[in-house]
Amino acid sequence: MSETMFEKIWQKHRVLDRDDGQTLLYVDTHLLHDGGATAFDFIRNRGLKPRAPERIFATPDHYVSTSTRKVEEIEDPRHREMVEKLDRNTREFGIKQFGLGTEGQGIVHVMGPEQGLSQPGILLVCGDSHTSTHGAVGALAFGIGSTEVAHVLATQTLWQRKPKTMRIRVDGTLSDQVTGKDVILAIIAKIGAAGGTGHVLEYTGSAIRGLSMEGRLTLCNMSIEGGGRAGMVAPDDTTFQYLAGRPHAPKGAAWDTALDRWRALPSADDAVFDAEVSLDGSAIQPMVTWGNSPEDALPIDGRIPDPSKAVDAERREQMARMLVYMGLEAGTPLSEVAVDRVFIGSCTNSRIEDMRAAAAVAKGRKVAGSVRAWVVPGSEGVKRQAEAEGLHDIFRAAGFEWRQPGCSMCLGTNGDIAQPGERVASTSNRNFMGRQGPGARTHLLSPAMAAAAAITGHFTDVRRLLAGEA
Amino acid sequence: MEAFRTLDAVAVPLPRPNIDTDQIIPARFLSRPREVDHAGFLFHDARRLPDGEQDPEFALNTEAWRNARIVVAGKNFACGSSREAAVWALFDAGFRCAIAPSFGDIFSNNGMKNGLLPVVLPADVVEAIIAQVEADPGARIQVDLPAQTVTAPDGSVHGFEVDPFAKHCMLEGLDEIGLTQSYEEEIAAFERRFGRENVR
Ligand code: SF4
Repeated sequence: MSETMFEKIWQKHRVLDRDDGQTLLYVDTHLLHDGGATAFDFIRNRGLKPRAPERIFATPDHYVSTSTRKVEEIEDPRHREMVEKLDRNTREFGIKQFGLGTEGQGIVHVMGPEQGLSQPGILLVCGDSHTSTHGAVGALAFGIGSTEVAHVLATQTLWQRKPKTMRIRVDGTLSDQVTGKDVILAIIAKIGAAGGTGHVLEYTGSAIRGLSMEGRLTLCNMSIEGGGRAGMVAPDDTTFQYLAGRPHAPKGAAWDTALDRWRALPSADDAVFDAEVSLDGSAIQPMVTWGNSPEDALPIDGRIPDPSKAVDAERREQMARMLVYMGLEAGTPLSEVAVDRVFIGSCTNSRIEDMRAAAAVAKGRKVAGSVRAWVVPGSEGVKRQAEAEGLHDIFRAAGFEWRQPGCSMCLGTNGDIAQPGERVASTSNRNFMGRQGPGARTHLLSPAMAAAAAITGHFTDVRRLLAGEA
Repeated sequence: MEAFRTLDAVAVPLPRPNIDTDQIIPARFLSRPREVDHAGFLFHDARRLPDGEQDPEFALNTEAWRNARIVVAGKNFACGSSREAAVWALFDAGFRCAIAPSFGDIFSNNGMKNGLLPVVLPADVVEAIIAQVEADPGARIQVDLPAQTVTAPDGSVHGFEVDPFAKHCMLEGLDEIGLTQSYEEEIAAFERRFGRENVR
């Protein structure tokens, strides 16, 4: 019984294995968002319908406006149409939708755990690469393309070849203000943006155990940025406390039997992984990215790297291009780089704990005059909770805009984009060229670090700001 | 899906690592249905200068590579977002094969379900092929899926791995849903064990 957690979940979901190495897996839970209209066109054109609509849950996030909750007020007709299509498709096929303005609506990867849909031991898929997020509760969760979404709609199954496994161990105690975001940026800086390709990543070690559920969700969210097929954390009391009482979590006797099952999920002590990586958690500092790949991350006390010191010509050319795009000079301390915009949001960092961390920095301070700062809660639930705690008042008093839940500036499909050349301190997950709008310059960091950048107008070690030194 | 057997075509070099799907097709073009021709969105921003004009330096904008149907790229090609439109943009612009030392996993899957073959070759081989096509713009590469080989412009032949199931589907142009439905009995039996509950 020396199986990994991944192996246990995989085995249980096998419908059949083919001789050629493909396995047909049964999907417990299928999440949909408003970018998935093509998959419905696909099955409709073939005269098919969803096989198990009761296993499908939908919410609009990519195309919703963050200034209104009224669909008819979405200005761009293309965007409005995407939100309307999700509504029509879910109604037509009897799929549960957490619609705009209702408690459950939000970024699909915030909604799933919050509603208790993401559960230990299940196989969960969604037509979105950050589906890896849900592995934080001990699920096998991964993103799929729209042809695969259509396949899951029609058959509730998916063909897969068994991926490899990688254990990423982070031991030690994290320093103050070092979060799940900093841990995952440090991991990706170490393994590289393709380091986890073809692997399911399992995060273990005392630093991971010590993370809250929100921190683990952030960690697993960015598994894809390290190339990982999925990311997972073994369920434990932190997980169970988080899930207990959530709308779709098991209740009563069913909860007790579920707990027994869930406690048997963690990888065996002698489980063998295809690859092993380890990091010293106590050495991780608050991180900020400087380039156009999440692997280009540095501790806040670092300087913009010098391409002439690159390991090879390819990397030299790539670094030079990134510095031009990012408008940065080699050797500049990160803490001297000024920002124009701050975005606190996205499926990486828009949960209640993220709101609290940013608000703790914003409290009693003012956003620098040169900065436009946004806070976009990840879901209606997060928004309501934050407002109940008065966080929105703290943000507003400090000069942040408090907006409606959605993906927003993470990708800008709803029109929330930065202008060419604008530098954005962003709590999202991708700093790709043009990700936040053509020519926009994205730096990834944690919510507290983003709030600190908003206050000082440049990247700052949030610990120094809180200590009154910056 | 369009079947893929063999291909003899011009190969364009995109030697950078980590070319992500946001570069292949920017997010603002993602709300189009599949029927829309996606060719014009391919590298929409990456191939343009800040003033909006086509960048003459960008390989796909040059005469020699305008008709390329194979892309030869740096490692981790098409990483990032799961957007299938990245495959559609390449496909609609005529591409049927991408060669790189590694790919974003989801892109590979999407490619094989849409008639765009991802071929993984060792980094040094890819580097050599890139050098050959850069030295001789318009040079052709032959890809043989049944034999699982790539013939570089210099005549060297390189074998590649491909999932046998995906290979079968690509060779026949099979739609997976139809195939899966032939396992209806197995799926139904599996479902009877769990009903609406999660699998355990
Ligand atoms: S918040 Fe960003 S990364 Fe997350 S699902 Fe939305 S667009 Fe994708």
